[in-house]
Amino acid sequence: MELKRKDLLDIKGLDREEIELILDTAESFKEVTGREIKKVPTLRGKTVVNLFFEPSTRTRTSFEIAAKRLSADVINFSVSGSSVSKGETLLDTARNIEAMRADFIIIRHPASGAPHILARNLRSSVINAGDGLHEHPTQALLDMFTIRERKGKIEGLTVAIIGDIAHSRVARSNIYGLTRMGARVRVAGPPALIPAEVETLGVSVFYDMEEALSGADVIMVLRIQLERQGKNYFPTLREFARLYCLTQERAGHAKGDAMIMHPGPVNRGIEISPEVADGLSSVILEQVTNGVAVRMAVLYLLSGSGEI
Amino acid sequence: MSEKVIMDQLGIGRALSRISHEIIERNKGTEGLVLVGIRTCGIHLARRISEKIREIEKSEVPVGILDITLYRDDLLTKKGHPAVRKTDIPFDLAGTVVVLVDDVLYTGRTIRAAMDELMDFGRPAMIQLAVLIDRGHRELPIRADYVGKGVPTSKTAVIKVLLSEEGMEDRVILRED
Amino acid sequence: MNLLIKNGRIVDPVNHVDQVADLLIADGKVRQIAQEIPVTPDAEAIDATGQWVVPGLIDVHTHLREPGFEYKETIRTGTMAAAAGGFTTICCMPNTKPVNDSQAVTEFILRKAATEGMVNVLPVGAITKGCQGEEITEMGDLREAGCIAVSDDGRPVMNSAVMRRAMEYASMFHLPVISHCEDTNLAEEGVMNEGRVSTELGLRGIPNASEDVMAARDIELAALTNAHLHIAHVSTQGSVELIRRAKEEGIRVTAETCPHYLVLTDEAVTGYNTNTKIKPPLRTLKDVEAVRKGLREGVIDVIATDHAPHAQVEKEMEFDSAPFGITGLETAVAIALQLVDEGVLTVNEMVLKMSGKPAKLLNIDRGHLSVGAVADITVIDPRATWVVDPPQLKSRGKNTPFEGWKMKGRVTHTIVGGKVVYKG
Repeated sequence: MELKRKDLLDIKGLDREEIELILDTAESFKEVTGREIKKVPTLRGKTVVNLFFEPSTRTRTSFEIAAKRLSADVINFSVSGSSVSKGETLLDTARNIEAMRADFIIIRHPASGAPHILARNLRSSVINAGDGLHEHPTQALLDMFTIRERKGKIEGLTVAIIGDIAHSRVARSNIYGLTRMGARVRVAGPPALIPAEVETLGVSVFYDMEEALSGADVIMVLRIQLERQGKNYFPTLREFARLYCLTQERAGHAKGDAMIMHPGPVNRGIEISPEVADGLSSVILEQVTNGVAVRMAVLYLLSGSGEI
Repeated sequence: MSEKVIMDQLGIGRALSRISHEIIERNKGTEGLVLVGIRTCGIHLARRISEKIREIEKSEVPVGILDITLYRDDLLTKKGHPAVRKTDIPFDLAGTVVVLVDDVLYTGRTIRAAMDELMDFGRPAMIQLAVLIDRGHRELPIRADYVGKGVPTSKTAVIKVLLSEEGMEDRVILRED
Repeated sequence: MNLLIKNGRIVDPVNHVDQVADLLIADGKVRQIAQEIPVTPDAEAIDATGQWVVPGLIDVHTHLREPGFEYKETIRTGTMAAAAGGFTTICCMPNTKPVNDSQAVTEFILRKAATEGMVNVLPVGAITKGCQGEEITEMGDLREAGCIAVSDDGRPVMNSAVMRRAMEYASMFHLPVISHCEDTNLAEEGVMNEGRVSTELGLRGIPNASEDVMAARDIELAALTNAHLHIAHVSTQGSVELIRRAKEEGIRVTAETCPHYLVLTDEAVTGYNTNTKIKPPLRTLKDVEAVRKGLREGVIDVIATDHAPHAQVEKEMEFDSAPFGITGLETAVAIALQLVDEGVLTVNEMVLKMSGKPAKLLNIDRGHLSVGAVADITVIDPRATWVVDPPQLKSRGKNTPFEGWKMKGRVTHTIVGGKVVYKG
C-alpha cells in the first residue's frame, strides 16, 4: 500500500486505508525519533520549504524537525502580512520558490484554499500546514495517532470537540478524520461558534458542555482566539470561560479514563483550567512528540508518490 | 519458466546448524556476540541461529531487528515506497560483535544499508555477515562470512526463501525464466 | 444596403408572433415580415433556416468597467462581448472610477459608446454620490444626460432613510431604482453561500437572510414611496417569495435573476474556483429551484447577466482575496436555452425575458419586431454546440464559471440598427 498522491491538502479526501497507512508509518517513525541518533538518510538531497504566511513557531518547528530527521534540507520562508500588500501574488511567491527546486512546499496561510492554488500549479509536493478556517491535516493525523496509541483504536470512541468550531481548521480536519475512522464525534460551543449545517458532516451538536462531555472517551479542547471577543460571537471571555472552560469538575462527566487533548498553544484558564491542562489525563505534550513522527511519515509517503 | 527447490527443510536446518557452529568457532565462543536479523526473513533466521547456539553453547545470544527501508539507496529513484516498519535493537551495540543475518545475498546493497543503519545505533567492535543463500552478482565490495549455500544464478532468476514463521513450508525455490 | 433574413423562425412575443417567415430590414428599420420576400440586388440575404430570429436581446445589468478599470474591460471589448452574446442593448452599471454619478461621466460613457461601441449602451447612474450610500445624486441631471435608471450596484444603500429619499426622488424622473439587495452587516466577511459547503470548505458564509432582509426593506420602501423598484440578481427562495407577495399587493416591483443562479449551486465553489465567487453567492438547490419557479411564473421578469469581468491576475488569488463577479454576456443565451430544453421556459418566455420585458422596465421602444421598429435583431442557432473556452471570449474578463461546459445554442448574427455587428 502506498499513498498515491502528490499533495496532502486535506483529510476530507483521504480514505480510511490512507489514514491507517499514515498512522502505521508514523509508528515506525516514532521509533526512529526515540533513537540515540534520530536522523535517517531517507530524504538526503531533498529540499523542504516551510512557507508560512502566519506566525506559528510550533507547527513550523515540528515540520522542520521532521524534515531534518529525514536528512532533507529545510528552508524557512516567512511572509509577514499578506503577499498581496507587497504586490506579489501567492502564486508568484510559490513559483519563485519552486524555481529554486523545492521538492516539498509546506504552506500555512490565512486564506482557506491557498494550498490548493499551489498544488494545482506546481510540481512540488504541497503539504497543507493549516489554511484559513479550512483544514490542518497533519494536526488531525497526529491527534488520531495519539488517540490510537492511548486507546488502541479509534472506531467506536466518543470524541467531544469543545470551543470555537466555526473558526477552527483543527476541528474540521478532526471531524473528517475521526468520523471516517468510525468514531462518534460531538461538537460543543455557543451557537455563533458552531458552523452552519455542521451536522451534515456526521457530528452531533451540543450547546451544553456537560452534556457534550457525558460518557466521552476523548475531550479535544480548541484554542479560543482572543480576537473573537468583542465581535458578538460571545459577550466576553469571562462568560465564555464560565460556560465552556474545561475544569476538573466538568471533565468528571466524561469517562474515567478519558484523555484530554489540545492543539496548543493553550490559554490556561479560558478554554481549559491549568489543573486539567497539566493533569494526568492530559496528552498535550504527547501530541507534540507525535507530531514529529506523523510529519516524518507524511513526508516519507509523499516522496514516494509525487514526481520527485 | 522453470521452478525448482534448491533447499528443503532438512537442508535449511543443516545449513543453519553449520553456520551456528562456524559463528561460535570463529568468535571463540559467544562472548560479546549479538545477532541482528534484516527484515523479514533475516529475523527468523537470526532467531533460529540464536536457538541453535543456545543448544550448543548453553548461552543466550540476543537478537535484534533491523528495518533498512529508510537507508535504501533506491528510495528516491523509484515510485512507490515500501512500508516502513520498526527497527528494534534492544541492546547496546558498543564493543559487540554483530552478526548480520539475511536470507539472500545478491547485489550487496541491502547489506550496505544495514551497516549504515547499524553504525547509527552504536559502534560495534566488528560486523560479520551470515546468509542462507549467496546468489552472486555483487555490485558492492561485500562478502559473507557464513554462507548456507552458494547458488550460481542468472540475473533474471528469482530466489524465494519460504519459512515456517511466515506460514509456509521451509524451502528455497529458484525460478528461472 | 438592406438586409433580408430568409426562412427563420421569427419569435416576437410582444406581438404574439411565432412563425417561419422572411424579414426585410431597410434603412435600419424592420420593413416587412412575410412569406417568400424575393431577394433583390440591393439586399444582402441571410439564410436563417432552422434558426430563431428574435428581437435584439437587452441586458439590464452589465459592468463595462470603463472609465477607471480598463484592464478588466472597456466599452469597446464589453460591447464586442455583448454583440457576440446576442445583446443589442446593454445597461452599464455606475461602479466605475469615477463612479457614474454626474453628467460628465454619463456623457463620457455615451460618447465612447457612440464611437467605439458595437451595441447600444444605456448608462445606469448612481443612487448616491460615489456609491457611498450617503447623499443622493443629481438624478435630474443624470436623466437628462441619458441615464435610464439609478443603482449603487455592487453595494446596497444600507441607510434606509437615504434609500427612501432616493426612491422618492427617482420616481419624480420615472427612473427605476435598481437595488443590490444585501445587508452588508449580515454578509460580514462572507465570500460564499453560508451552509454545508461553506462549512466544509472553511470559507466565511453569506446567509440567505442578508439578501432577504434587504429585499423586504426595499419592497416596503417601494410601497411607501410608490417608486419603481427593480431588484437585481435575485438568488434566494426568500426574495422570490417576497417579490411574489409584493406583486400580488400591487407594489411597483420588478426583478431579475442571472443565468448562473439558474444552473449553479454553491457546490461549484468546491475546489476554490474563484470564478464561482460572486455576490450574491451561488446558493443551494432549493434556491435554484425557487428562482426557476419564480422565473417561470413571472415573479422574476427578466434574465440579466450581471456581466462582471475581472483580470485574470485578480482571480488567480486566494479565494478570500479574489474580487466578486463573473462574466456572462457570451454564455447567457446558451444557459437560457438550457432552461428551454429542460422545460423551465418556453422559447417565447425566454425571448420575452431577454428582450420585451427588459425594454418595458427601462421604458424604451425596443424588444419587439413591429414593422417600423428599429432593427435590433438577434439570430440564434438553437442547435449549434460549442465548448466554453475562456481565451476565445471577446470579453477581456475570462472569469467564467462555465469553463469547459458543453453548450447548445449560439448566436449567429447580431444586428444593431440594421447593421450586422456580429457574425458567428
